[in-house]
Amino acid sequence: MEQFAQIQVSHLFFLAFASLAVVAAFNVILQRNPIYSAIGLIVVMCCLAGLFLTLAAEFIAAIQIIVYAGAIMVLFVFVIMLLNVREEDAKTDRQKYLKFLAVPLFLALIAEVMAVLKTVGNPAASETVPGTVESVAEGMFTNYVLPFEATSVLILMAIVGSMMLARRESKEETNEIEAALTAANQPTEIVEESSEEEVHA
Amino acid sequence: MVPLSWYLALSAVLFTIGVAGVLIQRNAIVLFMCIELMLNSVNLTLVAFSRFLGDVTGQLFVFIVMVVAAAEAAVGLAIIIALFRTRETLNVDEADLLKL
Repeated sequence: MEQFAQIQVSHLFFLAFASLAVVAAFNVILQRNPIYSAIGLIVVMCCLAGLFLTLAAEFIAAIQIIVYAGAIMVLFVFVIMLLNVREEDAKTDRQKYLKFLAVPLFLALIAEVMAVLKTVGNPAASETVPGTVESVAEGMFTNYVLPFEATSVLILMAIVGSMMLARRESKEETNEIEAALTAANQPTEIVEESSEEEVHA
Repeated sequence: MVPLSWYLALSAVLFTIGVAGVLIQRNAIVLFMCIELMLNSVNLTLVAFSRFLGDVTGQLFVFIVMVVAAAEAAVGLAIIIALFRTRETLNVDEADLLKL
């Protein structure tokens, strides 16, 4: 009887988190204003962290909240506020007939997913419960140390690349580029004159 | 214990919503959020299988996916900022310089 009650509680947890996640995911794609989409995505991530807890993956749940909801989404919200995006009007679709194709394709997708899920059945959960910091760290620093190091190199490259891409070009650099462009467009004589003048100066 | 197929179904639903968002949205930032949504749904699958197989490897993959997602978000948002500076828009349909 006690076990039955426990099962019911975990099912209720799953249904609550899952329904909230699906509603918030629809919120992400249907909102016109990006900031509401971002809030929806934060809700999805928190729900998924709750689901990770029901799967006994405490470390991943904590990382989900800290890295995803904490760091990545703050980056998104920061960029949305930095760019001060205006709400854009919904344009009419150019390919209107695709709308009618969507319904049968959606039904086909549902049927396909249901068929695959039937084959999954209901396997019993394993007795060993991975997910503590110790078990994750043991795998990460023994068998999978090379991928771990590779991701650290990747994130370093991402830091350098994003700083290169997003920095504002300084006044001097833009002046140099403009000078080079005008010099390239002008006839060669004038360019020579100007360079001589610079030498004299 | 909640059956494995429930988690897989939820993951499929979230992934499909993410794909639909990529298809219907034109705002570059929301497109990126939809990609994050898809990555999250795959993470759910990996953690569910990790629990049901009793193997920690799936959770290590989730960790690596998170790092890749962070790198992707950083570079992608930098590209979006550069796009906004040059074209004053976030609409991906308007950035069509290479289009014939």
